[in-house]
Amino acid sequence: MSDTPSNLRAASMPEPGIEYVHVEKVDMTFQTKRGPFAALREIDLSVQKGEFIALIGHSGCGKTTLLNLVAGLIEPTSGVLLCAGREIAGPGPERAVVFQNHSLLPWLSCFDNVYLAVERVFAATEKKADLKRRTHEALAMVGLGHAEHKMPHEVSGGMKQRVGIARALAMQPKVLLLDEPFGALDALTRARLQDELTRIVQAAGSTVLMVTHDVDEAVLLADRIVMMTNGPAATIGDIVAVDLPRPRDRVALAKDPRYHALRSVVLEFLYRRQHAPEEQAA
Amino acid sequence: MSVTSIAAYADPRTVPPAPDRVADAIPPAANGPIDAAADDVEMREAAQRADAFLRAELQRERVRAALMVIVPPALGIAAFIGLWSLLSMMSPQLPSPSKTWTSAVAVFSDPFYRKGPNDQGIGWNILNSLQRVGIGFGLAALVGIPLGFILGRSRFLNSMAAPIISLLRPVSPLAWLPIGLLVFKAANPAAIWVIFISSIWPMVINTAVGVQRVPQDYLNVARVLNLSEWRVVTRILFPAVLPYMLTGVRLSIGVAWLVIVAAEMLTGGVGIGFWVWDEWNNLNVEHIIIAIFVVGVVGLLLEQLLLLLARRFNYA
Repeated sequence: MSDTPSNLRAASMPEPGIEYVHVEKVDMTFQTKRGPFAALREIDLSVQKGEFIALIGHSGCGKTTLLNLVAGLIEPTSGVLLCAGREIAGPGPERAVVFQNHSLLPWLSCFDNVYLAVERVFAATEKKADLKRRTHEALAMVGLGHAEHKMPHEVSGGMKQRVGIARALAMQPKVLLLDEPFGALDALTRARLQDELTRIVQAAGSTVLMVTHDVDEAVLLADRIVMMTNGPAATIGDIVAVDLPRPRDRVALAKDPRYHALRSVVLEFLYRRQHAPEEQAA
Repeated sequence: MSVTSIAAYADPRTVPPAPDRVADAIPPAANGPIDAAADDVEMREAAQRADAFLRAELQRERVRAALMVIVPPALGIAAFIGLWSLLSMMSPQLPSPSKTWTSAVAVFSDPFYRKGPNDQGIGWNILNSLQRVGIGFGLAALVGIPLGFILGRSRFLNSMAAPIISLLRPVSPLAWLPIGLLVFKAANPAAIWVIFISSIWPMVINTAVGVQRVPQDYLNVARVLNLSEWRVVTRILFPAVLPYMLTGVRLSIGVAWLVIVAAEMLTGGVGIGFWVWDEWNNLNVEHIIIAIFVVGVVGLLLEQLLLLLARRFNYA
């Protein structure tokens, strides 16, 4: 933390609140054909309820691995992961994931893709009409009410990603896990979806963990930015608190010195303290 | 506006995307104090000429493309028939195309006659063969597809079955016939058995491969959504495997149709294979050639039908 300006460091202490996701001393080693590969080492992270966390780092630094651990898709080699005080022992509907490549099922319409998730979470307690209403609402929330009966291959990449987000939100998850959700989109679509995401997350009060490699996105969206060191055996290098007031306006922020200060802290970390992996490999 | 510049526009290599807009696309006349009205008329006429030329050129292009679709196959068929005529002239036992055609017209003019158990119309023969293929192939699908799913899901069972499948798959279909005759003690079930055992493998193998290749993304979706096993099978596994399965079905039905002729030659009864054998005994070579074409055409139709079905389930 020594490089972090003191005013930012003071703010990086998490505010007292309800801890929701707790990651303690987590190591992740994959068994590969060329022997064990240590992906993550000694990860400690505490996420408050309603907090928006951005995970940033060079590619291959294990951001997605950490997200998959919280999602319960993989189990840590050692260490503990808790969600709402309970050990994470597998995927669960309280932790919804938006995948990097949207992962819609191509044989189901946009509506049916979302309905599949809604049905799983609410079918035990609600009638079919309510399930359909929830699905309609989720799609309307991401602005896709008009396209709900289209097949995934009939809609654009940005729309597919929005269906993925709708699917995750429709489950009313406690934690939303986003794996570079806007990575494959053009800048304008990305900006619009970022604004939509902020609005939706604020309205729902969701706790969010978002993997990104986009510094601007991290500063714009997050309450705290978790910066990861390069792999192998990546760990959390530093955490920056983003104390910009909400709602944040991307145009106004462009002139805000605090925004630029935060941005340069992250850039400093990524390009001075952690070299790009290509340089390291050479 | 000079003639050469219009010619340049009319050159098909520089055809603008919308030829009916050529009049707008023509650049203004070269600078110089020429009579504006006369120039205007001349230009309009030139543009119209260019336009007409382009339309005609486009039309010719379309005709050329259509001819390319028709002409080469037609030439191939003509060469085939020519070669056949030549061969039939050199060897008098082989009937000429025209003789075969006359015979075919006679055969197809009454396809559904019955004159005793061994003398029935071509229609009955085809239908009987299709029925055998249908039953044998249907049973193979009923067993092979679920088996493929199980082998695809369980690595243990897959390894268990692998040596047996690799051993039995290359066995010539007719080698199974004596076993069928021994077990069923009748010709017809034995023929169906041969169809079953030789057409089951592509469906087992393709379905198993399809199950193994279900993208991890989809399985992750299933895990994140915490879907029930039934939902995983109906909403994710089955649709994801369907294209592979249909490829297996298509290969299987091809094999089944290949095998039926040989099986019926040996087992007898009514059927296209038996008909070939019967006509060989009668030394009616025209009918044998007709049967060869019929087998080819039916096989082609079955294949096209399944390709059509497969396209229906192709998720782009």
